Amino acid sequence: MYQIVKSEKLNANIYLMVVKAPRVAKHCLPGQFLIVKMDEEGERIPLTICDYDREAETITIVFQPVGASTEAMTALKAGDCFMDVVGPLGNPSELVTDDLEETKKKKILFVAGGVGTAPVYPQVKWLHEHGIDADVIVGAKTKDLIILEKEMEAVAGNLYITTDDGSYGRSGMVTKVIEDLVAEGKQYDVCVSIGPMIMMKFCCLTTKKFNIPTIVSMNPIMVDGTGMCGACRLSVGDEIKFACVDGPEFDGHLVNFDEAMKRQQMYKTQEGRALLKLREGDTHHGGCGHCGGDK
Amino acid sequence: MDMMKRVPISEQDAKVRATNFEEVCLGYTEDEAVEEAGRCLNCKNPMCVSGCPVSINIPAFIEQVKNRNFEKAYEIISESSSLPAVCGRVCPQESQCEGKCIRGVKGEAVAIGKLERFVADWAAKNNVKPQPAKEKLGKKVAVIGSGPAGLTCAGDLAKLGYDVTIFEALHEAGGVLVYGIPEFRLPKEKVVAKEVENVKALGVKIETNVIIGKSVTIDELMEEEGFEAVFIGSGAGLPRFMGIPGENANGVFSANEYLTRNNLMKAFKEYATPIHAGKKVVVVGGGNVAMDAARTALRLGAEVHIVYRRSEAELPARVEEVHHAKEEGVIFNLLTNPTEILVNEEGWVKGIRVIKMELGEPDASGRRRPVEVPGSEFEVEADTVIMSLGTSPNPLITSTTKGLEANKKKCIVAEEENGQTSKEGVFAGGDAVTGAATVILAMGAGKAAAKGIHEYLMKK
Repeated sequence: MYQIVKSEKLNANIYLMVVKAPRVAKHCLPGQFLIVKMDEEGERIPLTICDYDREAETITIVFQPVGASTEAMTALKAGDCFMDVVGPLGNPSELVTDDLEETKKKKILFVAGGVGTAPVYPQVKWLHEHGIDADVIVGAKTKDLIILEKEMEAVAGNLYITTDDGSYGRSGMVTKVIEDLVAEGKQYDVCVSIGPMIMMKFCCLTTKKFNIPTIVSMNPIMVDGTGMCGACRLSVGDEIKFACVDGPEFDGHLVNFDEAMKRQQMYKTQEGRALLKLREGDTHHGGCGHCGGDK
Repeated sequence: MDMMKRVPISEQDAKVRATNFEEVCLGYTEDEAVEEAGRCLNCKNPMCVSGCPVSINIPAFIEQVKNRNFEKAYEIISESSSLPAVCGRVCPQESQCEGKCIRGVKGEAVAIGKLERFVADWAAKNNVKPQPAKEKLGKKVAVIGSGPAGLTCAGDLAKLGYDVTIFEALHEAGGVLVYGIPEFRLPKEKVVAKEVENVKALGVKIETNVIIGKSVTIDELMEEEGFEAVFIGSGAGLPRFMGIPGENANGVFSANEYLTRNNLMKAFKEYATPIHAGKKVVVVGGGNVAMDAARTALRLGAEVHIVYRRSEAELPARVEEVHHAKEEGVIFNLLTNPTEILVNEEGWVKGIRVIKMELGEPDASGRRRPVEVPGSEFEVEADTVIMSLGTSPNPLITSTTKGLEANKKKCIVAEEENGQTSKEGVFAGGDAVTGAATVILAMGAGKAAAKGIHEYLMKK
């Protein structure tokens, strides 16, 4: 059993939990994920690791309920346990495994959307601790949905917050901020974009215009997460890749997002699709194959 | 009684079982087992034993069954096998022990597998457990993977007095016995869980949710956690796909995914993990895993077609599995190969385009090579396609362990007789070494490695 030592509701629909998982906490690096399973009958749910404390032997997860299983997870309180936690899975971010001196020469831009702010945080924090200050764009639908602002401010070079409705920070989508920053004369050697697939898709279309190599973190459907089932396969360029063992980070300019978004809908019931449309709201531009937004 | 023929065994009626996940074969009663045991000739030079990868003393245990001394029979089997209830159900006996049985020359071979199963089930019912070692050696051995290779290796080492810990990546012990082979062929609670308990009764510890190479490395196990030897029995790996158009459409699954959702995650019991059961399912492939996937889809309510590029004679699956699949209503489209998966506007499978094949000259495997018949393409309607084409090795352990050699196919290189790898103190066996094979071959490798580890640690 893996005990939850802290459980916090960050806003209307995003939850943070700190969980005791010694083997994961000892070995994980930014960019990797883990799988949690609530109880005997539960699903195996992959979640990106958002922070870790090697001494306290804990890891932090941040999630947004998107279906029955994650909805059920929101009821867990400090002191409760997950039956299973396994990880770290997948590969660490290239930024933390590449030669540090080379990375130091790069101007790095992070683009985070919604709950994707959480997995961006450990990467920015790791870079900050290694003397690299990266620029970070955080986007959300509205002011109340911005998470980890203070934490991010403490580790980012420049932090640009934007809301779709203009209720906080800049106004408009993250892609607009990228265009504005470039127009202001900012130059970037690499961009890391993590958020809803639709956001990553449009972020990649924008960075491609400016020839900024872009890394995305994919979160497709998984079952075992160890390279056994192939549920998480994606088309990356001409190749089929498994997000669990080959990823989760890939060259965003090569990922087939339309296919990935369709695959993500595979087990959604009508109700679940409605929930997703509600959650993604105006940022949902189709691609799910059901809402008609892409016709 | 006709001594040339086996004592018949009762099975669930094909029509009934096609709608449930209960076990197909119901097993012998005591009287039936004793009667079948009476057919054994008790050969002086028993060929059956040489056909068994773990060398069970077959005539000796059958003799005890004949005498109704079932506990003694269990003891004899346990000397060689840690998983008799599993092997009695899933071993390809017809090409191993039973294939060499002298009875089989003129009539039907003694039903060795069914007798083994009877003895194991009798022991479980009567709560007979294997005995732990009386003397401990105070040496720690790590076993990676709790499938047939790992459980066998761990069981044998524990019997010798080693302090054994199994590390399992999934949340439940059993490996392919749990995620791969379906309930109707190998019941999970009644059989697999009991066999795992028996291995634990020998003193083996099992730590689940540890993925070696990520949660901890082999080097750390040896340098920091005090393990003096390691056995790698991590199993087969990543599912293969064909590389044809449409393969990433919604509704296309690897057999591993389909079976894992159903078996490990228990979708059929309506646990939280969903499964796309399908109404018209095409399973591509002809091995035991393809049969398992097809018969699972059937039980979930689908019309099921097996598409296989060679003819019936070349089907790699066991004859019994093919026979059961046919009885239950699986339709076989042989000498047929997919060329494209047809996808609807919403990204879901709507059919599969296939081409007729004919058999040409024998290929490297000795089987006649299937050749496309030009112009014979046609379309088959389907909403689900399950690819059962085998696996390729998972690179996780080889890429994170210093000095561990892999071959061109990325399988771990290990000596056949003792499992020794290129790295000192590290042994390996099962699918991680051979590529996808059978439960009993993995057990044989686990057994050989246990002996190899014992010899290595005694010299050390």
